Amino acid sequence: MAAEKRVIFRSAWLPWLLLAPQGIVIAAFFFWPAAQALLQSLQQTDAFGTSTQWVGLENFRNLFNDPTYLASFSTTAIFSALVAGLGLVLSLTLAYFADRVVRGAGIYRTLLIWPYAVAPAVAGVLWMFMFAPSIGIASYALGQLGFEWNHLLNSRHAMTLIVMAAVWKQISYNFLFFLAGLQSIPKSLIEAAAIDGATPWRRFWTIQFPLLSPTTFFLLVINVVYAFFDTFAIVDASTRGGPGKDTAILVYKVYYDGFKAMDLGGSAAQSVVLMVIVIALTVLQFRYIEKKVNY
Amino acid sequence: MVERRPWLDALSHLVLILGVLIIALPVYITFVASTRSTSEIIHPPMPISIGSHMVENYQAALSGEREGPGSKAAVGHMMTVSLVMALAIAIGKIAISLLSAFAIVYFRFPGRMLFFWAVFITLMLPVEVRIGPTYQVVADLGLLNSYAGLTIPLIASATATFLFRQFFLTVPEELTEASRMDGASPMRFFIDVLLPLSSSSIAALFVIQFIYGWNQYLWPLLVTTDESMYPVVIGIKRMISGGEAQTDWAVIMATAMLAMLPPALVVMLMQRWFVKGLVDTEK
Repeated sequence: MAAEKRVIFRSAWLPWLLLAPQGIVIAAFFFWPAAQALLQSLQQTDAFGTSTQWVGLENFRNLFNDPTYLASFSTTAIFSALVAGLGLVLSLTLAYFADRVVRGAGIYRTLLIWPYAVAPAVAGVLWMFMFAPSIGIASYALGQLGFEWNHLLNSRHAMTLIVMAAVWKQISYNFLFFLAGLQSIPKSLIEAAAIDGATPWRRFWTIQFPLLSPTTFFLLVINVVYAFFDTFAIVDASTRGGPGKDTAILVYKVYYDGFKAMDLGGSAAQSVVLMVIVIALTVLQFRYIEKKVNY
Repeated sequence: MVERRPWLDALSHLVLILGVLIIALPVYITFVASTRSTSEIIHPPMPISIGSHMVENYQAALSGEREGPGSKAAVGHMMTVSLVMALAIAIGKIAISLLSAFAIVYFRFPGRMLFFWAVFITLMLPVEVRIGPTYQVVADLGLLNSYAGLTIPLIASATATFLFRQFFLTVPEELTEASRMDGASPMRFFIDVLLPLSSSSIAALFVIQFIYGWNQYLWPLLVTTDESMYPVVIGIKRMISGGEAQTDWAVIMATAMLAMLPPALVVMLMQRWFVKGLVDTEK
């Protein structure tokens, strides 16, 4: 594909006019605020907002000496590992079987993809309702089995709850990409292996799974990004970061410190740390995409 | 099919049916709760069959006439806010991305690649990492509690701009030459040639962005403090207040069903565009 057009239009002003709307939006709502976050992360404002002084890297030093921030980091790491791991395994299982069936494949697909449309906040409310300690139907069923469920007091239960809600919401996305990946593997490879007597189990591990690895890696990055950044609503609607701060993932903490605790400098420093994480993940994703082009 | 393995086929269907059921379970429970009275819900176990209070719950939700603590905004109105917001975000993103991609591909001007990279970098600045200062900008512009404040900060789109740029690069040069020979102005070419050719990309992107817009949470949570500007997703959250027992669960569950309905319908009915949109935007 040509990277440039040979035939172009000429105008001194029209291209600028065309770019103006997007340009204004990204300048006013992306670059200016991002620059502000960078500046504020180097400043300290007193509680009344009357005086501001430069403090250099003080905010960052405080941040990384703050045990609750480090705890939030490990909470986020555990959360995203569980969401990505469980989400990928479950959706690959479903995609593998959906790829196998001949009859009803379309119906299964339709019935599996709709959770993508559910708002994360609504997903959080749905799961919170099912597991609400005193009224939830799932917590009641667990109680009948002799298991005391209370995500308001037990942080493991709270983490399990947000992981379930986050995985539930993301399965449809992973499923679609895995299914597309499986369907693009040439049937002749599978047939040749079958003729050689390889069982479906063996064929999966020696042919399909290795050939899916670009898809798997891509989804891994996407799922980590999802768990880091798109799950704020799930957490806020189901556990509000509790009990204590045990499910306060990084994005939740930025919001909480900036808007509830009004710690501007600290919140800005957290924003900068998050920016670094996004940049790292984006670079990872694009490096991989370049690899896929050669692949 | 590669070979006959009836047992494995049966297992496939079993796993898939199980998957479909487990995935549907939370929504089924929600639906059941939306047809029962709150007192039936708060005295566990809630029956898992459909109850008889469906009409009154949905009416109470839509009109906002109900008892108990928490926000009493009418869900009917919130759905309108959500719809306007989702449409404005989807259409806005598509419109400004089409225009920028057209400028980048069909014109030569200084700073062209710089602009392209500037748009690219916005990918790395999701709203979550710059919420404080962005909120400040919107507040300074006096856009809190307005549709403009709700939508404009979300309509820049790197993915849409890339998608249209990639697509425009595949449009044959002959079409441009022919248009120019016929004396068409750049905008005429854009409207009469490029837009019709892009219609399938536009439809695919529209589905994805509509869902994105409808499901926004963090941003509306910050910029809307006035009940009349709550999108429905925020509204649900605001209705839940106080202890589990006082919350009017039946109406909240009805609201949750209503909030899920439009985007779920869009995904199921426009499935072809939805799948194309997902795959295209992640390239």
